Amino acid sequence: MNDSDTSLCVRLTQTQPIPLDVNLSCGSAELLALTGPSGSGKTTVLRAIAGLHKVANGTITCRNQRWQDDEEKLFLPAQKRRVGLVFQHYALFPHLSVLDNITTAMSHVARKSRVEKAMDWLRLTNMEGLHKQQPHRLSGGQRQRVALARALAREPNVLLLDEPFSAVDQLTREKLYRELAQIRSRLDIPMILVTHDMLEVQQLADSLCLIHHGKTMQSGPVSNVMRKPATARIARLLGHKNLYTGTYSRSGTTGNLTMLGAQIELPPQEAIANGDVSVLIEPSAIIMHRSDKPSHGERENPIVTRVAEAVELGDELSLRLIVEATDDTIAFRVSRHVAMRNNVVAGGQLTVSILSDGIHVMSAT
Amino acid sequence: MSPFWLSLKLAFWTTLILVPIGLLIGRLLAYKKFNGKSWVEALVYLPLVLPPTVLGYYLLVSLSPNNAFGAALASLLGTPLVFSFPALVLASIIVNLPFAVQPAQQAFAAIPQDTREAAWVSGLSTWQTFLRIELPQCWLGILCAATLTFAHTLGEFGVVLMVGGNIAGETRTLSIAIYDRVQAFDMQSAGIMTAGLLIFSIAALVIVRIAGMNSHRER
Repeated sequence: MNDSDTSLCVRLTQTQPIPLDVNLSCGSAELLALTGPSGSGKTTVLRAIAGLHKVANGTITCRNQRWQDDEEKLFLPAQKRRVGLVFQHYALFPHLSVLDNITTAMSHVARKSRVEKAMDWLRLTNMEGLHKQQPHRLSGGQRQRVALARALAREPNVLLLDEPFSAVDQLTREKLYRELAQIRSRLDIPMILVTHDMLEVQQLADSLCLIHHGKTMQSGPVSNVMRKPATARIARLLGHKNLYTGTYSRSGTTGNLTMLGAQIELPPQEAIANGDVSVLIEPSAIIMHRSDKPSHGERENPIVTRVAEAVELGDELSLRLIVEATDDTIAFRVSRHVAMRNNVVAGGQLTVSILSDGIHVMSAT
Repeated sequence: MSPFWLSLKLAFWTTLILVPIGLLIGRLLAYKKFNGKSWVEALVYLPLVLPPTVLGYYLLVSLSPNNAFGAALASLLGTPLVFSFPALVLASIIVNLPFAVQPAQQAFAAIPQDTREAAWVSGLSTWQTFLRIELPQCWLGILCAATLTFAHTLGEFGVVLMVGGNIAGETRTLSIAIYDRVQAFDMQSAGIMTAGLLIFSIAALVIVRIAGMNSHRER
């Protein structure tokens, strides 16, 4: 993405009180997930964009407006930035009705049309008919909808969502995901969602920026970052489990990978030198061999394992396998009926193969 | 002016002047971090632990026309401040500072920080946030501050006697009149006045308690 169609551009660095070195950009109508373990600084970044927190060194531009610029000693206060912010605990004004909560954010609208427009925002967030309620009489999901309506009523240049789904139950969360997905299709502004839930990221976001200890680790389209993390550490932060060390060598037009006691042929890997590497295996690339049909020899790269753990999770079985040759662990899930048909039981033996397109090779760090 | 009306007048002026000051200081202490904050807090709450006579002594000394500050003040006002009604108001403002500041400070501190930030993000200035978001949420604290200040001023004795003396119609408040009557063995008048103060104090505390319960119910 080049700078001209980037709506929001954020560069932040500081050493005190918490170190930060963050670089992110987000286009119009793009939803960027800002993720990382708790304490990584993601909320600080969000607050810096909103103008609620001043980071020592930073440049923030949004739709050709400069919000922070150190060279010009410029720092626009929150009031002047036109941001919509949905707080983690919603932060509704407790003494005001739902409707008054919305109109409070509408000082830019002529007084006589405020109520009518506020009702439009409530309709958009499925809060029609509840405009007279006081916030304390609303459920968690309803409060979140009001908070979103209030943020949108500001007609903001950027929409910021600070873990907005963390305080509602699973059912409500699923419903709110769908509603947000519907609403965002009407918005032509950059949106930033702070979350540490990778499932949420994959369901809602277009792009992903991973930060750790205040530093941008990797950013890009969600599927890119998820499937091709740059280092084993990033893979671990993204919640990946099947990470191994191996040896890579290139011979002519094929790459060879030695890992888990097996030899695996791969397409040649760009930018990977011969030698030690880190390897990530996608769970979907792990194929079980059928117990009644032995393997067809070396081409399938059979890996003999012992089932260390088989835990029922709803319709699925969560498996933890120990590779007999190397003692490495492989984790993945299979549907229960498949597991039953293949006699998968804890303590038993199981042979698996790994599909080469589900293998991601990284330089060893 | 009778001691009863004089006490009411003193309580009225003290409350009127002190509640805005208490709001200001209470909000400052609730929201701002600054160097020497503990010292400011200690000073504000000092009248709670200091004997009123000690406070009265220092006020008397500093307001006396015998020193530079008191003399300057006296020439500015045209008359020495000690043993006058304005001196009483000044003294009771200082004595009652903790009673006005503490409820205000607690009320402001009880407002979640993110609610105020939501107001700023929504475009409200600091002043608009104060008027439209903070004040409506802490009016019970303000009521509490006003009631406590008013009731406490009615009953103040030590500092009033030290700074105001016992001048009929000018500085003889209800509690001093009670003392005065007891000294003169006029127990009946003293009894009527004490009963009045007692009833008023109970009423004030009931108001504060009810306000406190309402604020809990709202959360």
